[in-house]
Amino acid sequence: MASSGTERPERQIMDAQEIQRSMSRIAHEILERNRGVGDLVLVGIHTRGVILSQRLAENIQRFEGSQAPLAELDINLYRDDLQARENPRVRPTKFPVDIQGKRVVLVDDVLFTGRTIRAALDALSDLGRPRQVQLAILVDRGHRELPIRADYVGKNVPTSLDEEVKVRLTETDQNEDVIIVKLGREIK
Amino acid sequence: MTTPDAMALGNDPQDVTLAGTASTRRNVLDLDDFTPDEIASVLDDTGAMVEVLGRDIKKVPTLRGRVVVTMFYESSTRTRISFEEAGKVLSADVINMASSGSSVDKGESLLNTGLTLQAMGVDVLVVRHPHSGAPYLLARHLPQVSIINAGDGLHAHPTQALLDLYTMRERLGSLSGARVVIVGDVLHSRVARSNLWGLTKMGAQVVLSGPTTLMPLDLLSGRDELEEDHPFAQVEVDTDLDRAIEGADVVMALRLQSERQQGGFLPSIREYIRRWQVTDDRLAKARSGALVMHPGPMNEGVEISTSLAHGESSVIEAQVTNGVAVRMALLYRLCAGRGGRNGEGNS
Repeated sequence: MASSGTERPERQIMDAQEIQRSMSRIAHEILERNRGVGDLVLVGIHTRGVILSQRLAENIQRFEGSQAPLAELDINLYRDDLQARENPRVRPTKFPVDIQGKRVVLVDDVLFTGRTIRAALDALSDLGRPRQVQLAILVDRGHRELPIRADYVGKNVPTSLDEEVKVRLTETDQNEDVIIVKLGREIK
Repeated sequence: MTTPDAMALGNDPQDVTLAGTASTRRNVLDLDDFTPDEIASVLDDTGAMVEVLGRDIKKVPTLRGRVVVTMFYESSTRTRISFEEAGKVLSADVINMASSGSSVDKGESLLNTGLTLQAMGVDVLVVRHPHSGAPYLLARHLPQVSIINAGDGLHAHPTQALLDLYTMRERLGSLSGARVVIVGDVLHSRVARSNLWGLTKMGAQVVLSGPTTLMPLDLLSGRDELEEDHPFAQVEVDTDLDRAIEGADVVMALRLQSERQQGGFLPSIREYIRRWQVTDDRLAKARSGALVMHPGPMNEGVEISTSLAHGESSVIEAQVTNGVAVRMALLYRLCAGRGGRNGEGNS
């Protein structure tokens, strides 16, 4: 979202350590549910989902001693709100692995309306036919507009529609935390 | 300014407003109104489109329900098919309008044809026209349609220049400081003209070479009038190709049309071949690993030797592939952000 530049109230809901703990718990849960690395492919959704998927892969490597293949997905070509996009950009989708018959774990930072995940599922089906698709998310903020839910959740955070959840990671932002910003206007 | 002087260094400044700002670009008429940042971001998007073209299923739903019309008043194979493929891969409906067999045969003016297409709800109009400036006329009078210039007279061919820039950046890593020698009929080349804008904006060092009669002399004689920071102020002209090619990172041969000899621009094709054909021997003087490019269609054995055109240094086929991706990136950019339905926050 574009920032208006005016001072807005914000509050922290996760700090760096909590993010780290959530990511290691989710890594354990993924391994438990899928009985190891086996057929796993971790697919990060640009931009922060890619970073989180890399962190999950590092954790899995540490816990299990074997590597889960990584892929990057950009969903901009699959969005249903093309007309509303200002300065649209597409980032490269990188799929070094075949997802045919694999268990894919989609990774993103915030789950909100579910439209990004809907777009990601469309994008995945153009790239192959995975045996199963699971969803790992750092923050679930509610307000779904589609029948979509996450399999692995870092933190459930009740929000109102005039708030925005921002995940900040050291790789892309200066801080490492999750904050809620009051927008002061209703977003539809 | 319906027919700008083809030799003019720039366009009427008021035309710049036709393009809109970088984040809400409405038309692609030439590269003179692109900032280096915008060119770089188009090239980045192009990389993402190359990935889509490499898939087993080359189709994404991005432009579903959008209508793209290609309106070509001049013959073309690669540019037209390239735009058609780009639109179709993005799921737009692409309609090809040939000037023969259409109401153009009945004497309908370009503007009225454009107004008719606008009334039909066309989103993007891809125009090639033998008169310089024709796409500008349409852009000025069709506020609800995005215009892409697919070549206008001797003036500009911005999508070709962008695909050339992408191909160079992909192979060389960066355009900044690259020495690019453009050889041949620069005077009549809209490809060269758009490339001059793109290359100089991206910090490349451009050298033009060819017969003096085919050099844009205004670029030489008018140079004193150029402001020091004008992008063309740094462009070199050297009619001796053997000297110009030394240390080149890229050698781009331009198509030599046989009519040029009848027009008195050339003493003979044989002399042209002897002095300006891009050959293996000449390429040996360039930097090792230098790229050989050609916008097509080629006259093999005239402006470029056959062995070079299909040799290891040639990226001519990659240019064609990248052309589809560049046009996808531009169609996406023009169709997105055109106002309308409700937006959405994160995820």
